[in-house]
Amino acid sequence: MSHHLIQVKNLSKSYGNFQALSEISFQAKRGEILGFLGPNGAGKTTTMRILTGYMPPTAGSAKVAGFDVVEESLEVRKRVGYLPETVPLYPELSAREYLSFMGSLRRVENLDDRIDEVLHKVGLEDRAESYAGNLSKGLRQRLGLAQALLHRPEVLILDEPTIGLDPAQIIGVRDLIREVGTDRTVMLSTHILSEAQQICDRVLIIHQGRILAEDTPNNLQSQLAGAERIRVRTSSDSKSLAKLLGKLPDTVEIKLIEGGVEVSGPPGKDIRPIIARTIVEADLDLLELSASSVSLERIFLQLTEEQNAREDSE
Amino acid sequence: MRIISIIAAREFRRYYISPIAYAGAAIIFIILGGVFVMNIGFGLPTGSLRPDGRMVLQPLVIILMLVTPAFTMRLLAEEQQEGTLELLLTAPVRDWEVVLGKWLGSFGFLLVILAGTWVFPIIINRFTVPGIDQGALLSAYIGLVALVAALLAIGLFASSLFSNQPAAYLTAVGITLSLWVVGGMRAGSSAFSQAIAYLGILNHYYDNLYQGVIQLTDLIFFASLTALALFLASQVVESRRWR
Repeated sequence: MSHHLIQVKNLSKSYGNFQALSEISFQAKRGEILGFLGPNGAGKTTTMRILTGYMPPTAGSAKVAGFDVVEESLEVRKRVGYLPETVPLYPELSAREYLSFMGSLRRVENLDDRIDEVLHKVGLEDRAESYAGNLSKGLRQRLGLAQALLHRPEVLILDEPTIGLDPAQIIGVRDLIREVGTDRTVMLSTHILSEAQQICDRVLIIHQGRILAEDTPNNLQSQLAGAERIRVRTSSDSKSLAKLLGKLPDTVEIKLIEGGVEVSGPPGKDIRPIIARTIVEADLDLLELSASSVSLERIFLQLTEEQNAREDSE
Repeated sequence: MRIISIIAAREFRRYYISPIAYAGAAIIFIILGGVFVMNIGFGLPTGSLRPDGRMVLQPLVIILMLVTPAFTMRLLAEEQQEGTLELLLTAPVRDWEVVLGKWLGSFGFLLVILAGTWVFPIIINRFTVPGIDQGALLSAYIGLVALVAALLAIGLFASSLFSNQPAAYLTAVGITLSLWVVGGMRAGSSAFSQAIAYLGILNHYYDNLYQGVIQLTDLIFFASLTALALFLASQVVESRRWR
């Protein structure tokens, strides 16, 4: 058996005429937090529903913890913890009753102790007797996460775990995911690019049912970002500054911005020192010189534009 | 079996905190109580009614046809609406176990209600001489249990079709009433109308079971109807796989 807890090969899924997934393939190891990044409707939830045994793929295969999601669906489901996008709670059950119901369905041993343990882990120990219907969005999310962790799953699948939370709650949930992700495989979907950047070891970018890119957040950034953008502001006006910096051999592109310019240099080369020297030598006052690293937002837009352009030319 | 009993126990307990369950039970007992008092007060003294333990069962059958769909309408529809069905079906639980567990839970609750209606025959038996025909009463109640089993299964099937509870209710009432009125087809003489009339759900109740005659064919009819509706409900739940 391979040490990959998730192995997906040429997975496709269509709903009637709509192709939700087209031959996607990827793997994830134990201890890895894999981010699934894409706009709404990209196929993230569909992939997760296939991996959790909720629905079978139209073609291709997927193995979770070594078991086939179609042939050995029950074995897969025993080993997967799943938090769907809308947190599935029963409003009339207290947090403890809810976990007790799910835990007994999943044959969790020493259930009462284990419930205390997960409630503590998600920080809900003082709300154990609260009805799910009375919990705030952030607490509901945590209860859903407690449910997903209850049976100590090898693979944790979280669909948009931070959606609709306030910033403090988002940080809490992210910390929790990082903490529980150390000894299992976590796969989470998000359409917030900075989130993938912060939590995930590896990111898959998915769009219209296809994987566009797959790498660590840092590599993706450096591979795809191309030039770094450097923002320069001086006492001089934008136009003459652009003319001055345009003479430098290393500047690839200069864009005028409010009160200064944005310069991009060749990939992998830091052109800030030469810019600084040029400005000082021209006897101008340097007010700002900062590199804005390209965010995943731009990578993402770039990739989807490439994809759209390719489709248009087909 | 273990999974089924966990789901059944949960559904059964849920009825005790469900406003709809209380409203339904109230309808049953208030109307039956009214009918009973009228019968005792006017029918028996004038001699137009004979002491009969089954005197509340005919109105009860009508009420059950309208009330049991209210007990079942949420069973699957609500889980689809709230997204909790996805949770259940990604736990190591088979689709049919969910369906069977939910049906059993609702069946348990209806047995409690039916047991409650037994109070009326007990009162009649206590205050009349020589009492009532216990055998006919038992047979009528066995038929009632079989009928309720089928009504609940039909309601559960209707609930599997929708994520909207009123739609599930109306569908179940529609199926049930249709199965009632087709019983009238037996007035026709053709083999076709007889075959349709065989589906008449209340004929199978009133012809023999209500009269005190327990026939296996009637019990098999109700059991088949129950099994068919539960099978269809499982199929609908499973249909997400090929939709």
